[in-house]
Amino acid sequence: MREGWKRALSHGTFAIFLAGAMWLLTGCHGREGLKAFEIPEEFDTSGAYEITFWAKNDTNKTQTDIYQQAISDFEKLYPNIKVNIRLYTDYGKIYNDVITNIATNTTPNVCITYPDHIATYLTGTNLVAPLEELFAHEKYGLGGSEIRFDSPKAGEIIPQFLEECSFGGHYYAIPYMRSTEACYINQTYLEALGYTLPEKLTWDFVWEVSEAAMAQDEEGNYKVNGQKVMIPFIYKSTDNMMIQMLKQSNAGYSTAEGELLLFQDTTRQLLYEIAGHAGTGAFSTFKISSYPANFLNAGQCIFAIDSTAGATWMGTDAPLCDISKEKIVEFETAVRVLPQFDPEHPQMISQGPSVCIFNKANPQEVLASWLFAQYLLTNDVQVAYAETEGYVPVTSKAQGAEQYLDYLSRGGEDNTVHYDIKIQATQLLLYNIENTFVTPVFNGSASLRDAAGQLIEATVKSVRRGEEIDDGYFDKLYDDIVSLYRLDQIGGQGEETVSHKAELGPLPPMAIALLCGLALIWGCLILYAALRIIRKRKQTVV
Amino acid sequence: MKKLTSLLLAIVLVMACAACGTPDDNQGGADVKSEGVMTYAEYVAAAKESQVVIEAYVQAKQSWWEENGQGKATVYAQDKDGAYYLYNMECSKEDYEKLTPGTKIKVTGFKTEWSGEVEIIDATFEIQSGNYVAPAEDVTSLLGTDTLIDHQNKFVAFKGMTVEAAGKDASGNDVAYLYKWDGSGQEGDDLYFNVSLNGTTYTFTVESYLCDQNTDVYKAVKALNIGDKIDMEGFLYWYEGVNPHITSVKKAN
Repeated sequence: MREGWKRALSHGTFAIFLAGAMWLLTGCHGREGLKAFEIPEEFDTSGAYEITFWAKNDTNKTQTDIYQQAISDFEKLYPNIKVNIRLYTDYGKIYNDVITNIATNTTPNVCITYPDHIATYLTGTNLVAPLEELFAHEKYGLGGSEIRFDSPKAGEIIPQFLEECSFGGHYYAIPYMRSTEACYINQTYLEALGYTLPEKLTWDFVWEVSEAAMAQDEEGNYKVNGQKVMIPFIYKSTDNMMIQMLKQSNAGYSTAEGELLLFQDTTRQLLYEIAGHAGTGAFSTFKISSYPANFLNAGQCIFAIDSTAGATWMGTDAPLCDISKEKIVEFETAVRVLPQFDPEHPQMISQGPSVCIFNKANPQEVLASWLFAQYLLTNDVQVAYAETEGYVPVTSKAQGAEQYLDYLSRGGEDNTVHYDIKIQATQLLLYNIENTFVTPVFNGSASLRDAAGQLIEATVKSVRRGEEIDDGYFDKLYDDIVSLYRLDQIGGQGEETVSHKAELGPLPPMAIALLCGLALIWGCLILYAALRIIRKRKQTVV
Repeated sequence: MKKLTSLLLAIVLVMACAACGTPDDNQGGADVKSEGVMTYAEYVAAAKESQVVIEAYVQAKQSWWEENGQGKATVYAQDKDGAYYLYNMECSKEDYEKLTPGTKIKVTGFKTEWSGEVEIIDATFEIQSGNYVAPAEDVTSLLGTDTLIDHQNKFVAFKGMTVEAAGKDASGNDVAYLYKWDGSGQEGDDLYFNVSLNGTTYTFTVESYLCDQNTDVYKAVKALNIGDKIDMEGFLYWYEGVNPHITSVKKAN
């Protein structure tokens, strides 16, 4: 028994040494990575390809049904391609899972994602397939001669949306759906407070109405709703809030070269303003309080800012709702562009899912992935999916399709497919595509975005906890957030970081000497072991 | 002399045993809180957004994940008077493994509320000596009453409830459970199912981080049929109303 244990220990130790040596010899100088994708001359229809598609939905059954239908239709056109879908409801979860799977070389083939996230994926060598050659490919490109479905031509993807997928000198994604943010308003309460809802909201107006809504009676009920709860202004995505406020203020956020401009005086002024309204209880956030739609529909919020892709949750008659029917309050819902500092020159974020393709060892598998990704741009998929929420199709072909125009013209006919708030939100973006913007993409831009939101979240939390908000507070907050998101390690890297993995250069002489030494020791050990075995065998023979 | 010595030794032994056991080891006794630690009543009375310091015993772990290099754990905890939901508490992976059911912890964080769920956030903790696993408290009769919320986050039992249709499948047939609240999920996602009592239907959940697809409860809910009478145990979570996170489902006796 003891002998057996010793042997096991000895073998285990050897295995650990061997693994360590292998790691030293292979791992310390970076992984070689995949070979760059090259488009095959022909798609091999005799081979069978199984691809995985990581898709994001808004916890919306219709959306998942559309994905399933798209897969089924695509597989009929390409019987040698099988698509396995994995459903997500959170971009962050997809991002985390991709990062985890990069290490094990098990990334999906096709993945719904944000360009900010792709920039991080690109730190692996040839991990994501660049698409510009595929776009233009005569046979398999957009509108290519060998495509078995009615594919849009390159010029039919809305150029602004397509450009959002270009960084580091390549196109690393195709847009799938686009949305922006909208302000959903309880117009009934706003008017009850003595205000008239303007066509164009300003931040000053929203703050003023929000403060007015905080008036309470002697019993602690808010006068405007007669309830104990009222948060007049709730913002779902505080990273967007900060980014858009800075853009509207012509203040810096980041540059295309990856220079971080977030931590400056305008940001601080905006945070002071937000802190003031958080202090009175007039402002809160999704992370701190809950979904804006829940408060809006319960008559506990007047301005709810959320994605146009959240429109089906907004309003008394919203088709989707998380609160019980008895909590829903009757009110008139209005939809407006989010508040502006200069309402004559509105600026709003462009967001929504894009699709990237991960490179694989077999270029045929990558081509199969591209065919499926391209299928997501067909009118059938684009129009059907856009109708599920306040999304806009990303091709002019789909935007101009008779079916889509008919859909838009029927807003308010019912509270399901033609729910008027959803269609108003969609039209808000269609009318403002020229007023949308995106933030620069670079390795680390996803962290910077998180940091922008965290500045607001932390400030609001601190105010609610009675902390003193002054310059000292913001100095510390800036330092803490830079440290938390490791922003001091990512600034100013520029396009280089998103286009190529940095070359590590030749091994330093000390490392070479160390590796040679290790190799020599291992050689001696193996020689010694071999000599012992030979000697034993000789003894046995004798 | 020998008898006296034996008697003295026996007395010393009894006293030593009594001293070694903390009050927490006495399953039936009251909780004695350390210096500076709130009682459950004080915790309930504490204002939202205020700092709270509590001592409680881990009843279940929901999840651990890492964000920006910081581990975060979500834990259901309870003392003998009430329960606590510890959301995204700072916790290393190593410490997370130590948080077995019954483990006593001292938690410092901020009391807050999210969609009706009262929880402690931005918290840190330290493991203490003591152990207590709460029995499931039968709250069936409290369903639909205003006093149910007083038991929020506790480990509770529901007895003799009837499975109702949760929705419809692609063919339009009633089904007993859904992946996600509207059926938009897939295997491995949260399970939602409806159960009724005295004509009122409630939605219960198998939270997939707490009980994943390999657990007995996940499999049991997938095997439910509409009309089944079942007993359940779980944690009395809240999301815009009662939304228990069920950990056990059995056929009702």
